[in-house]
Amino acid sequence: MMNEERREFIKKTALGVLVGLGTVSGIVPAFSLEKTVLPLWDEKPVPGKIRWGMLIDTRKCKEGCQQCAAACHHAHNVPDFRNKKDEIKWIWQNPYQKVFPTASQQFVSKEIQDRSFLALCNHCVDSPCTKACPTEATFKRWDGIVAMDYHRCIGCRFCMAACPYGSRSFNWQDPRTAIHDPVTTYPTREQGVVEKCNFCSDRLVKGQQPACTEACPEQALTFGDLNDPRSDIRQLLETNETMQRKPELGTKPSVFYII
Amino acid sequence: MIEKALKGNRSYWIWIAFLISVIGIGLSAYNQQRWFGLTVTGMGRDISWGLYIAQFTFLVGVAASAVMVVLPYYLHHQKEFAKTVIIGEFMAVSATLMSMLFILADMGRPDRLLNIMLYPSPHAMVFWDLLVLSGYLAMNMVSSWAMLGAERKGVPPKAWVKPLIYLSIPWAFSVHTVTAFLYAGMPGRHLWLTAVLPPRFLASAFAAGTALLILVSFILKRTTGFDTGKEARAKLAVLATYAGVANIFFLGTEFFTAFYSNVPTHKESLQYLFFGLEGHYQFVPLMWFSLISGVASIIVLLVPALRKSTPWLVGACSALVLSIWIDKGVGLILGGFVPSPLQEIVEYTPTATEIYVTLGIWAIGILLLTVLLKVVVAVKMEKEQ
Repeated sequence: MMNEERREFIKKTALGVLVGLGTVSGIVPAFSLEKTVLPLWDEKPVPGKIRWGMLIDTRKCKEGCQQCAAACHHAHNVPDFRNKKDEIKWIWQNPYQKVFPTASQQFVSKEIQDRSFLALCNHCVDSPCTKACPTEATFKRWDGIVAMDYHRCIGCRFCMAACPYGSRSFNWQDPRTAIHDPVTTYPTREQGVVEKCNFCSDRLVKGQQPACTEACPEQALTFGDLNDPRSDIRQLLETNETMQRKPELGTKPSVFYII
Repeated sequence: MIEKALKGNRSYWIWIAFLISVIGIGLSAYNQQRWFGLTVTGMGRDISWGLYIAQFTFLVGVAASAVMVVLPYYLHHQKEFAKTVIIGEFMAVSATLMSMLFILADMGRPDRLLNIMLYPSPHAMVFWDLLVLSGYLAMNMVSSWAMLGAERKGVPPKAWVKPLIYLSIPWAFSVHTVTAFLYAGMPGRHLWLTAVLPPRFLASAFAAGTALLILVSFILKRTTGFDTGKEARAKLAVLATYAGVANIFFLGTEFFTAFYSNVPTHKESLQYLFFGLEGHYQFVPLMWFSLISGVASIIVLLVPALRKSTPWLVGACSALVLSIWIDKGVGLILGGFVPSPLQEIVEYTPTATEIYVTLGIWAIGILLLTVLLKVVVAVKMEKEQ
């Protein structure tokens, strides 16, 4: 009798201590289990101060190499249904005429026709998808990232109709059945919501580069702040001729290409 | 007043039972869709809207077309429409309900529907569409029910009823204009990115909706003996004709701009729908059937002798409704997705599940209309005796 009560007491005390530790680590950043402190976050975010962008040097992109897409899809629990209708993709390869359908298609060199071009969310400055969203489930962050709130999305797919780049995918069925090697560092999604590239906001907050950028063996991807004139990406934009996808639509994509 | 819908003859109850069983089939198909997800439909990553959104678009038009009787009757005192006006209004009620149900059926997470109101986003056209649609549903239902109640008691309607009806007139235009804006504001979908879309929506709505009203009036005459009057149908036929002419004219202007300018993004979707693109011809026969039946029905309606003959009028109205249903309910929505943003041509065929859900929603709307019109006929026939 006495023993049982004691056991119960010890159980509850231990639980209480655990809860207390959990709370402390949640409130006091120094005790947190996963470090999220960055110089960026020391001050209050100023909207528009940073604009994350990416420059893809397509000359370095090797045919048959899928490492960027594999790293991204693995890091974000992107399901693979192995059918085109239900397909979900955040970053993928395409031929020139699909990625730049409104660019000149006449007398394109064979080398360019054979080359692979990456397509991903452009994180547009004037994003048609966030404008079309009736619940703010997709929204512009202070740092230019077009983000998704999977818990608010009603699955109306207006953002998919609005996106002129085909960058958005819908969970036509339960994605959890098709995640072959799940990770615990990023949430899985539910059936019935839209998802897309998040510019690795989950990794940026930990001070890491986006998964695709890090995974590329040729360093073909450069990620950085487009608002900082001294950043690598701005230096490369200064010294190279670059392209954006469908610039005539006025969306101001944050992804640039060296052809 | 609603108790009048509970008294009917044998064929009335057979009809009700039939509609309820179709609703049952629809619900069971919807249950399957809720469980397995929208993967059970023909939609996919590239054609991300299909039959549901197409039906929604067509039905908002039918709803808006009530203004074709409300406006002449209440603003211009066209007495011929005395018996038709309430039928038009109740058609608007059931069409609006159906269009909202089609939106619901299309949603991946219908349980989060209220998010549209919890996080109001004036920059999103869906927000405005939900506002105008629910407002239109409420004002038509309330005002026409109040008018009918007053008529039954033989008293003048309450003072607030008329202003509500007047408000419903501009509201009807706004309902379909906002629906067109859902599509016409998207930068990458060139079939929709056209300023002529809202006027074309109104024209096709007024043609199809009015033609449908004529058909409903014939059905009522045949099944209940309640006649809204030859003059009313004749006037409606003229309205449907010119709205149909305007619709074809707007389609013609689309063709001119796309093909004369020769800008690839402008012409590709039209090319795909009417002539085929890169060896894909899925909708070509359907679109030509729509165009030919639309033009033929307008020619029939333009000839006074044919317009006055019941069989010709019924045939022309049916062809006009079918033509616009294909044009707006199939071509416009699916054509907007082809070619895809990555220049791909993907075909779409609705699945059986999708068709059952669609039929189920139509059955809900028709059931509501049947019940409402049953009350109307009972009240009006009582008065006539």
